[in-house]
Amino acid sequence: METSGATAGTGPTGPTSVRTVLSEADISRVLTRIAHEIIEANKGTGDLVLLGIPTRGFPLAQRLAERIARTEPGIDPAAITGQLDITMYRDDLRHSTTRTPVPTRLPAGGIDGKVVVLVDDVLYSGRTIRAALDALSDLGRPRIVRLAVLVDRGHRELPIRADHVGKNLPTAASEKVRVRLGELDTENGAPVNDVVIVGQA
Amino acid sequence: MRHLLSTADLAREDAIRILDIAEDMAAVGSREVKKLPALRGRTVVNLFFEDSTRTRISFEAAAKRLSADVINFSAKGSSVSKGESLKDTAQTLKAIGADGVVIRHGSSGAPARLAAAGWIDAPVVNAGDGMHEHPTQALLDAFTLRNHFSAVRGVATTGSDLAGMRVAIVGDILHSRVARSNLWLLRTLGAEVTLVAPPTLLPVGAAAWPCTISYDLDATLAGGIDAVMMLRVQGERQHASFFPSAREYSRRWGFDDTRLAALDAQPGRGTVILHPGPMNRGLEISSAAADSPRSTVLEQVSNGVAVRMAVLYLLLSADPQRPGAL
Repeated sequence: METSGATAGTGPTGPTSVRTVLSEADISRVLTRIAHEIIEANKGTGDLVLLGIPTRGFPLAQRLAERIARTEPGIDPAAITGQLDITMYRDDLRHSTTRTPVPTRLPAGGIDGKVVVLVDDVLYSGRTIRAALDALSDLGRPRIVRLAVLVDRGHRELPIRADHVGKNLPTAASEKVRVRLGELDTENGAPVNDVVIVGQA
Repeated sequence: MRHLLSTADLAREDAIRILDIAEDMAAVGSREVKKLPALRGRTVVNLFFEDSTRTRISFEAAAKRLSADVINFSAKGSSVSKGESLKDTAQTLKAIGADGVVIRHGSSGAPARLAAAGWIDAPVVNAGDGMHEHPTQALLDAFTLRNHFSAVRGVATTGSDLAGMRVAIVGDILHSRVARSNLWLLRTLGAEVTLVAPPTLLPVGAAAWPCTISYDLDATLAGGIDAVMMLRVQGERQHASFFPSAREYSRRWGFDDTRLAALDAQPGRGTVILHPGPMNRGLEISSAAADSPRSTVLEQVSNGVAVRMAVLYLLLSADPQRPGAL
């Protein structure tokens, strides 16, 4: 959630550098590992629900659900995946222009008594996750809540930690981490998957 | 846009944005905790100079579901009955620290005056002014129509408009702010509107409005209509005789049992019947019609809360210095 379409080029304060830290193959490998970690931590796939935080957490949750379903044939990935909008729970609502909320979609089974894995692309200040935990408690009472992120870039402002991390990225606060996923992002008309650090050169 | 004063100046994309957000807000009503923290710590004042049941309750419920604090003010029992002016009332509200004002007033243009005069810098929502506009009613009617029309067409509601929908607005058009707000909004969203009324209950300039005018309800219904919006005969505003008798009005312009039966006999367009309430049962709408499965009266009331949540969220959630709002 913390990343947005930062583009390479010449910024207002000078030229910027773009470093690719995860390629398409890396993302795929990392997600397979996280999927296995989730199953292992849960001792199986029982009661598992994956909730993606828009925008890019949702496709990541779908990809994880597919990988989890591959290990256990009886599982329908769509039936354990949902989307959790946190717009209304942000602590910076009144510090910006009006944000447009996105629909929240929960799996048919709900989240009461389930093991909910929150999925997001980048873990940064931790404020998005704080908002997600608040949103979750208004929707029901999961048995356990875990957090899976593709990238942890540090600079936490709240006591929040991820259970499953794709890659730890040491970054400077001035840098931006940009995640692109083929479901949402294209380059020259073709879907693109990568994680890059955009920073001041 | 900082205020919601009329639907005439509401752009198509803004209207659709409000309806889309209202859809998310409607989902909150069916949750375990029917509350969102988006407006926590903000104060909304309901300033009602005219009587109202559902609009005031609806705004109050909407504000409370967004965790705002609500102050209800009605002219009866307040200093207004001692002769306090709108300006002094507004400045009092400012001193109390109101972050948003919902106003209903008997005089057309009172909300616009409040928004423009600089007495108070909070966003103003028009909850009905005289015979001018009632924008949130039109938005909730459009929301109800969109839910219905997209179900009939089998398309997704989100992002869609009302292009091609045929809507008849029937009754006391002259005194109706609901009719005016609905006409502008329905046109913006692409619907075709027919106004049906006795000539005495049509305003002088109506011929110039972007709609068809009919004096014959049965012919309009027979022509194929997707939704009929029955308006209340506003006895309290009628200081002259506009039709010979209530029975004649009911027979010619009311949605009675005979018209309901005729509609049921028609090949299905799935026509729905709307009424903004309060209903004069037996005058503009019969009990059978009001309670029939075609009636959306109660659906309109619950949609009203969702639509007003969307409006309050858009106007009040952001930084007041940077209102990207509507």
